[in-house]
Amino acid sequence: MDQIQKDLLAQVADIHDVPEGAYNIRANGKLGGRNTTANIDIVTKEDKPGIDIIIKPGTKNESVHIPVIISESGLKDLVYNDFYIGDDSDVTIVAGCGIHNCGDQNSQHDGIHTFHVGKNARVKYIEKHYGENEPNADGKNIMNPTTIVEIEEGGYMEMETTQIKGIDDTVRDTTAHVRGEGSKLVVRDKLMTHKDQHADAIFNVTMDGLDSSCDLISRAVAKDDSTQTFTAHITGNVKCASHTECDAIIMDNAKISASPEIVANDLDAALIHEAAIGRIAGEQLIKLMTLGLTEEEAEQEIIAGFLK
Amino acid sequence: MLELQNISFSVTDDDNTEKEILQNIDLTIEDHKFIAITGPNGGGKSTLAKLIAGIFKPTSGRILFDGMDITDLSITERAKMGISFAFQQPVRFKGIKVKDLMSLAAGKETSIGQACEYLSEVGLCARDYIDRDVDGSLSGGELKRIEIAQLIARDTKLSILDEPEAGIDLWSFSNLIKVFEKMRSEADRTILIISHQERILDIADEIAVIKDGRVVAFSKKEEILPELLKGTESCIYYQV
Repeated sequence: MDQIQKDLLAQVADIHDVPEGAYNIRANGKLGGRNTTANIDIVTKEDKPGIDIIIKPGTKNESVHIPVIISESGLKDLVYNDFYIGDDSDVTIVAGCGIHNCGDQNSQHDGIHTFHVGKNARVKYIEKHYGENEPNADGKNIMNPTTIVEIEEGGYMEMETTQIKGIDDTVRDTTAHVRGEGSKLVVRDKLMTHKDQHADAIFNVTMDGLDSSCDLISRAVAKDDSTQTFTAHITGNVKCASHTECDAIIMDNAKISASPEIVANDLDAALIHEAAIGRIAGEQLIKLMTLGLTEEEAEQEIIAGFLK
Repeated sequence: MLELQNISFSVTDDDNTEKEILQNIDLTIEDHKFIAITGPNGGGKSTLAKLIAGIFKPTSGRILFDGMDITDLSITERAKMGISFAFQQPVRFKGIKVKDLMSLAAGKETSIGQACEYLSEVGLCARDYIDRDVDGSLSGGELKRIEIAQLIARDTKLSILDEPEAGIDLWSFSNLIKVFEKMRSEADRTILIISHQERILDIADEIAVIKDGRVVAFSKKEEILPELLKGTESCIYYQV
């Protein structure tokens, strides 16, 4: 693995060496390294590109890293990764994709991740998307992550998804079926776009489990001429609770559109949605300037806090 | 020394009429003094404080700080020269923690111990607060105290406080008086405090009364306070 690939790994998965526990590194569309453990198996799919990650029931405090890195310009990569998270397990899954584009061709990674969260299982899923270009390399960096989640009785899934830099075009599509009694989905989505980048974030959550719940918070910053759309459809078909929050800062000539939809099909479905889009409040800038920060430093501090 | 020379400030209303908020203010604030500014609501006190901090720019007149004309300097430049400002209504943030603000105020990363020192001075237990977001989850009184703790952390030559008592409960208020007394006892500090509170006016060296955009009185506390305490019916400053 060369230095560029090592740097990408550090960016997207915080990996500086061989990770502990189970891992599968995909580099330029090929297997770059794999490790399995007694409780976590990783198997290459035979019918299509991708892997199955099988976590045995009762696996506790283990992690799986499955980063994808692309350093060849013009590569178009598509993978299907299926996660089978056994009953009563408690694991952390770190995914993420980094593109280093050295040429004028578009590089693209489309990852379709499907999670089957077993009964009373807990999973924390961390996904980071990052792109960079060499000077004068105009190739676009494109990522289209699709995430499908099914949560059984008492299951809990927490998604921490981040795209901060360097992705020119993305459709981030998440569909979750919170179907088990008492199951819960938590999403913390952070997104920042620059220049003429575009991002679509789509969330479809259906709650069919009695006393199931969903807590989705999206924080977005659009700078320069970038554009973003945020769409959330939350449906409660039984006694359940959900809270969605879409909070966005626009700067320069950027544009953001948010379309929240909440559908209650049961008298005891309690669904809340909050959405706010606006520029950085002038009083916040002034406050930090009275502490001695310049306007630019104040802006950076406010955005860093907002996306923290 | 802070000198306000013939400061006027006006704004244009929605119907394009010009409204004078402050008119020909002349005020000299000596070093190491504790100055209280008081007067009826809407008289222009907060506007004056914001003009000194650089948040507003005067329509005419000059502001001198330690002999240097700062009228055209930005908020940041004035802050770096040693002017601190505590807002009447503290600003809320999303994702910025109390510890972050304390570090920014101190100009360096503050340790938990240091943050504890600043926060305990205003009656807050640092451990309960440093990791809290500076947002709506804090009460108005807590935010005000954190605002004042930032002035302590900044440790600048001139501290301006805009109605620090607003939103503070009685018990905390007694402690705040002690904070102000301590601030004034420290060398090389000048405090300019906008207040309606008798107990704050009572610890001031001098009191300025601002009414209808003008300074109607500016003298030693001993001369001004007894008159103010007569109430609006007979106080000569309210009759001006």
